[in-house]
Amino acid sequence: MERLSYTLNAAAPAKGSRRQAITGVVASGNLEVLAERVLPPDTCTVDIATAAHGFAAVWQAVFSDFAARHQAGGLRLSINDGGARPDTVALRLAQVVRLIEEPEA
Amino acid sequence: MTPSSSRLSWLEASARQRLAVLVDPGSFAEFVGPEQRELSPHLGLFDLPEQFDDGIVVGRAALGGAPVLVAAQEGRFMGGAFGEVHGAKLVGLLRSAARQKHDVLILFDTGGVRLQEANAGELAIGEIIRAIVELRRGGNRVIGLIGGRAGCYGGGGLIAGSCSTLIVSEQGRISISGPEVIETNKGVEEFDSRDRALVWRTMGGKHRYLIGGADLFVDDDPAAFREAVEAALRRPARLDLAILEAEQRRLQRRLQRFGGARDGTDVWSILGVGDPAAIPSLATDEFLRQAADCRETADDAR
Repeated sequence: MERLSYTLNAAAPAKGSRRQAITGVVASGNLEVLAERVLPPDTCTVDIATAAHGFAAVWQAVFSDFAARHQAGGLRLSINDGGARPDTVALRLAQVVRLIEEPEA
Repeated sequence: MTPSSSRLSWLEASARQRLAVLVDPGSFAEFVGPEQRELSPHLGLFDLPEQFDDGIVVGRAALGGAPVLVAAQEGRFMGGAFGEVHGAKLVGLLRSAARQKHDVLILFDTGGVRLQEANAGELAIGEIIRAIVELRRGGNRVIGLIGGRAGCYGGGGLIAGSCSTLIVSEQGRISISGPEVIETNKGVEEFDSRDRALVWRTMGGKHRYLIGGADLFVDDDPAAFREAVEAALRRPARLDLAILEAEQRRLQRRLQRFGGARDGTDVWSILGVGDPAAIPSLATDEFLRQAADCRETADDAR
């Protein structure tokens, strides 16, 4: 496992009030993303455990893009990765932000 | 993001999606959720990826307002296999159900025991079966739902055999040894695991329903599974020596009747199905109509 951590510049806090959300499954070419609203609203962190070694620059690029497109302030993102492609990672990140914005049941 | 149940395939859905559309909306409360990070203590030794819920989602929910405890396996993570934490979560749920006098739903999707933590997984299977028997002896039901991609194999098949009622879709498969395991051990002449039609004729939902290995047969649709669960919750919850003896007699009779059969179609022919070769292509309604006349049932045993 390669473990990577990033702190992103969060332009705006994540919407909604849910405490946490999870999406995806750890399988070949797939990943799970757990989002927890536990950080100050101007901060977003990502911790990754990935089976595919040596792609730190690609992860960095995906997260720069993510931070620019989504409101993720206050979120601690945790990822277990089974070797997903960057487009799948971007999709799961968008899904988890969307899920945590949903009204509480 | 709860998908509307009419557009969701049970086969395609994830464990969390299945639970969300099966129980009363908003009623599910998870135990030992992913935020607690109860990860497998073994997978890291093999440098394999972990999942925050270890491939099983357990918790409390309501069905038609009545409280139930639920467990859903994620078949895409490690084939839904039982590891130490995965198994312990199900054992804990079943023991909790016995204390609270609640019925339990198990949404199976498993290849059996996780090879990387086989000892812990095998122990978990034994503990789960014991917990199911104790729960059923106390007058509660354990209902198994089978229609996931991984089927219900290995120790999962043993656990399924201990349930009060099994609900299966055509896509569901139930067995102990899976197709690849049989082929590896006995040769391709015994079982060609790449012959998908053979797999479904011998382990698939229709076959299991016809021989009484499953009790309710439903479409690959969460609404159909939910309706079947409601019916299963109305069935008597009795488990005693007389019931087990009746089941033993049924299984002995099954071996006498079908012991010489080489294929599912042979079994269906002996059961009295008019056109056994047509069974795999029948739509649910017509299949249920034909099955009603000749299928074996485990009603005495469950």
